[in-house]
Amino acid sequence: MKDLIKKLTEAYGPSGHEEQIREIIRGEIAPLADDLRVDTLGNLIALKKGTDGGKKIMLAAHMDEIGLIISYVDEKGFLRFQPVGGINVMTLSGGRVQFADGTVGVVAPEKGPEFQKEPELSKLYIDIGATNHDEAKDRLGQAVGFVRPFADLGKRIVAKAFDDRISCAILIQVLRQLGHTPHEVYFVFSVQEEVGLRGAHTSAYGVAPDLGIAVDITIAADTPEARKLAMKLGAGPCIKVMDGRMLAHPGIKDLLINTAKAASIPYQLEVLDRGTTDAAAIQLARSGVPAGCISIACRYAHTQSEMVDMDDVENVVKLLLAVLEKPIDL
Amino acid sequence: MLLEKLSNAFGPSGCEHEVRSLVAQALREKVDDLQSDALGNLIAFKKGVGPEPRLKVMVDAHTDEVGFMVTRIDKNGSLGFRTVGGIDSRLLLAKRIVIGPKRLPGVILAPPIHLTKPEQRKQVIEIDQLAIDIGATSQDEAKELVQIGDYGAFDTRFQALTGEGLRTVKGKAFDDRVGCAAAVALADGDYPIDLYLSFSAQEEVGLRGARVAAFRIEPDVAFALEGTICDDTPKQQDVSPTTRLGMGPAIYVMDRTFVADKRLVRLLIETAEESKILYQLRQPGVGGTDAGAIHLSKAGVPSVAVAVPCRYIHAPVGVLSLNDYDNLVTLMRKTLQALPEKWAA
Amino acid sequence: MDVIPLLKRLSEASGVSGYEQEVRSLVQEEFEKHADRVWIDTLGNVIALKSGTASEPRPAIMVATHMDEIGLIVSELEEGFIHFRQVGGYDDRVLLGQEVIVHGREDLPGIVGARPPHVLPSKERDKAIPHEDLRIDVGLSAEELPSLVRVGDLITMNSELVELKGHMVSGKALDNRVSVAAAAVCLEELSRMRHEWDLYAVATVQEEVGLKGAITSSFGLQPDVGIAIDVTWARQPGTPEEYTFELGKGPTIGCGPNFHPRLQEALVETANALEMSHHVEALTRPGGTDAAAIQISREGIPAGLIGIPLRNMHTPVETVSVKDVERVGRLLAAFVGRLDRDFLDSLVWDLGLDDDIL
Repeated sequence: MKDLIKKLTEAYGPSGHEEQIREIIRGEIAPLADDLRVDTLGNLIALKKGTDGGKKIMLAAHMDEIGLIISYVDEKGFLRFQPVGGINVMTLSGGRVQFADGTVGVVAPEKGPEFQKEPELSKLYIDIGATNHDEAKDRLGQAVGFVRPFADLGKRIVAKAFDDRISCAILIQVLRQLGHTPHEVYFVFSVQEEVGLRGAHTSAYGVAPDLGIAVDITIAADTPEARKLAMKLGAGPCIKVMDGRMLAHPGIKDLLINTAKAASIPYQLEVLDRGTTDAAAIQLARSGVPAGCISIACRYAHTQSEMVDMDDVENVVKLLLAVLEKPIDL
Repeated sequence: MLLEKLSNAFGPSGCEHEVRSLVAQALREKVDDLQSDALGNLIAFKKGVGPEPRLKVMVDAHTDEVGFMVTRIDKNGSLGFRTVGGIDSRLLLAKRIVIGPKRLPGVILAPPIHLTKPEQRKQVIEIDQLAIDIGATSQDEAKELVQIGDYGAFDTRFQALTGEGLRTVKGKAFDDRVGCAAAVALADGDYPIDLYLSFSAQEEVGLRGARVAAFRIEPDVAFALEGTICDDTPKQQDVSPTTRLGMGPAIYVMDRTFVADKRLVRLLIETAEESKILYQLRQPGVGGTDAGAIHLSKAGVPSVAVAVPCRYIHAPVGVLSLNDYDNLVTLMRKTLQALPEKWAA
Repeated sequence: MDVIPLLKRLSEASGVSGYEQEVRSLVQEEFEKHADRVWIDTLGNVIALKSGTASEPRPAIMVATHMDEIGLIVSELEEGFIHFRQVGGYDDRVLLGQEVIVHGREDLPGIVGARPPHVLPSKERDKAIPHEDLRIDVGLSAEELPSLVRVGDLITMNSELVELKGHMVSGKALDNRVSVAAAAVCLEELSRMRHEWDLYAVATVQEEVGLKGAITSSFGLQPDVGIAIDVTWARQPGTPEEYTFELGKGPTIGCGPNFHPRLQEALVETANALEMSHHVEALTRPGGTDAAAIQISREGIPAGLIGIPLRNMHTPVETVSVKDVERVGRLLAAFVGRLDRDFLDSLVWDLGLDDDIL
C-alpha cells in the first residue's frame, strides 16, 4: 500500500486542478468498479453494486490538495500568488512548488530570506528562474501544488497532501478488498474540498445517498506543547463526533463504534474545534443525509510534511470493510 | 442610454424593483417570456434557433447595488443607518443619499474641520456614530417621512467623461448595472442556444438570487456578467491591479467563490482571439460573483464569469470605459454563437 | 393554555445541537395534541401537519422554531477533569463558576471550576479565561472518570426555569424553546379555527450550528411560504438601543432583504388587527435565523421572521416575558387563519412593465 500512497501524495492536484490525480486514481480503480464516471465539477465516482436490499452509501475522500494560484507576473518575471485553500503562511518560504506541466519554482520572501520577519502572503513570491517577463507571463492563472518526496519511516510515513490523498489510498484499498456487500456503494473521489466542500456538495446531490461517510485527516494532538485534544497517532481510526462545522449523525457515529468493537479494531473518539470535511456538505444534501466521518490522526496538517501511522491507515480500511460487509440499521 | 438609466436607478439588495422594471420594459418585445420569482429575480427566456436539442444557457447579472437601511430615528430628527452589502465606512462621510419609497434626499453628516483637532481627523468614524440628515427637526417629524427599515442608495448621477478614446463614464452601481445592460443587449440577436437571462437579486448579501434562479433554470452552462475591481491607479509597488481600464473584458479563472470551468475559459479566450476582441485575465483569488452560487446548483453547472473593469466599486461613484463594455457584449454574442459547436458536454 | 409549565419542561430538557433526542420526544408529544400528523425527518426535525380546508392543490405555510440549544462537548479527559469545547456560541465569560450537567453514561452534575482569587496574581484576575483553559469537575477520581464520561459526551447548563416578577421567566435554552412553545400555542388556537392553508409546524434541529434542520426540512416540504420564529435582543443595560426591544411590549417583525415585503406587510396588518403591540426589526443581512435558509431553498420561498425579545441571550439565565410568547402564538394563528388563495397571488413580484422610472 505504501507504493500507492507514494504515487498519490506526490501527484499534482490543487483544488480546481485535479485532472492529473484523477487520472492516477482512475487507473487504479477502473478494473474494480461496476460503473465509473466523472461529473460536472470533476468528481470521480465509482460504483460497486451490492447484492441486494442494502443502503445506498456514499463514501468520500477528496483528491485536491491546498496550493497557490499565480495572480500576477511582475515586469521581471517573478510571480505573485493567492492561496488555494487554507495555506499556513509559515510553511511557504523556501519551499518548492510545481506547476501542472512539471515546472518547479521556489517560494521566496521580499528583501531576501535573511531579512524575513513575520511571514505575510503579500510579501512572498515564486521564482521559476525566468530571465524576463515574457518567459513567465503565461503563468498567470495557473495553480501550483507543493513538492515533497514521500518518506517511509516504518510504522509512520511522511508526505505532503496526506490531506486527503491518504484517504484516497484507503478508499482504493477498500475497493480492492471489498468482497460481498448488500449495499450500493459510491466511492466518490471529490474535488475542491479545500475551497469549500464544493465537489462533495454537488456529488451528494447527484448521488442522493441514504447515508454518507467521509474519510479525511484530523489533527493529532500528541506532539510537544500541543493543544489538548483527544486524537493521537497510532491509537486507531478516529470516529468523528464533532468538528468545526459539523456534528456527526449519532446513528452513524454509533454504527462505526459498534462495528469497531465487534471487529476488535481500536478506535478513538474525535472532537475537533476547527476545520471540517466533506461530510458536512453530504449532511445537507436535498432533504438531509445521515453523515459521519472516519478520520486518520495526522501530525503537521496543512504543512508540506504531514505524518500518519500505518496501523491507523490499515485499521481504517478494516473498519470500512467491516461496515460495508453487513446490513445497516440506523 | 440604458446603462445610464440603470446606473441612476435605485436598487439596494432587497429593493430592486426599479431596476427590474427598467429591464423588463427594455426586454418585453425581445424575449419569449418574462417572470419573477420569490427572491425578486427577473428571468427572461429567449428561445434559440436551429436544430434541437439545444443547450440551455444561463447568463446572469445582478440587479442589486450596495446601499443602506435606516435603523434608528433620533430625537433630533436625524437617522441612524447601516449598510446593506459591503461598503467601506470611510467612504460615507459627507455623501448624499436618497432614502425610502419617496426617494427623499439626505446627507450623511460630517464634522466641520474648524471644530475638530488634527488627531481626531486621523481616525475613522464608525458607522454607528454617523447620521443622516433629511432636514427633519424632531423625531415625530422624521417618523412622518421615513420608517425604520427604509432602504437608501447613493445619490449619484451618471455622466459621460469623454466621448473619445477610452469613452469613460462615471456613475454609481456599475457593479453590476453594466452587467445588466450587457445582458439586455444580448437579447438582440438569435442564437443556436436557449437563452435564460437571469437578472438576479441580492448578490451583494450572499449570491442569493442567483442560487434559486439556477435551481429553477437548470442550465447546461452559465455565464455571470459583472462589473469588477479595477485597481489600476499608480502604486509604489508592482502589484496586480486585478484588472485594467480599457484593456477589455476580464475573464475569471478563479475567485473566492468558484474555480471557472476550464472549457469555458478556453472558449472565451479562443473566441476573443479569433475575433480580435481585446480581453484580459482577471487576477485570480479575490472577490466573488453569482457564478459562485450557480456552479454549485444541484449536481453542478459548468460556469464562468466575465466582467467590465470598474474603478472604485462599492463606492458612491465609479468609472468605466464604454470600450470595455462594447467588447464584453461582442465577446458574449460571439461566444454564445460558437458555444454549441465547441461545447463537448 | 398555561404556557409556563410547558416552557419549564422545554427549557429544562436537554437538546444540544445534533443531540436533540430528549427535547424532540417532548415536542413530538406536545405537537401531537393538536396536529393531524406528526413525524420526524432524516436529521431529526419534528414536523407537525395541521391540514387546511382549501381544495387541492392546497398552499402550505411552514413555521420553523429551532429546538436545539447551545452547549458544550467533552474534548478530552485529564487527571479526573474534563476539557471541553463549545457547540454553538457562548461568551466564554459566562462559563466561569457555572453549574453544568455532563451527559455521560449517566447525567452527572459538574462545575466549571475557577481558581480562587486568593491564589491568582492580580494581572490574571483582570483577564477573561478562554474556554480551552477551563475544566469541568464532576467530583470523580482520575480512575473513575473514564468509565462514566468519554470524549464526545454532551454537556448542558444546569439551570432550572425560574419565575421572575412581571410575568417573566428565566432559564437556559429559552433560545429557542420559547418559540417552540409559541408554535404549540398556535396549534392549539388553530384547532378552534378554520384555516384554508396547510400549516407545517417544524421544530428544527441544529440551527445554532448552521441552520441545518431548516435547510433540509424546507427542501423536503417545499412550502409556499416560510416563517421562522426566533428570539431577538431585548433591551438591557450595556446594549445599543438600535438593536434591542423592550421586554413585554410584543414581538418584532423582521424587515430587510431576507424577508418578502408582502409577507412582512401582512404580518404587521395581522398584528394591527389584533391591536397587538409590535416593532419592526431592520436586518440588513440575511443570516442568523432559520428564515435565511428557508428563503433560498430550491427555487426560493417567500420568508418572514417573528422575533421574541429576550435578555442575556446565549447564557443560562435567558429571560423573556411570557406575555410575548403567548402573543406570538396568537399572532401566528391569526395569520395562518387569514391565508387564502389571493394571498398566494399577492406574493408574485410585479414586473413593473408600466412603471415610469426616470
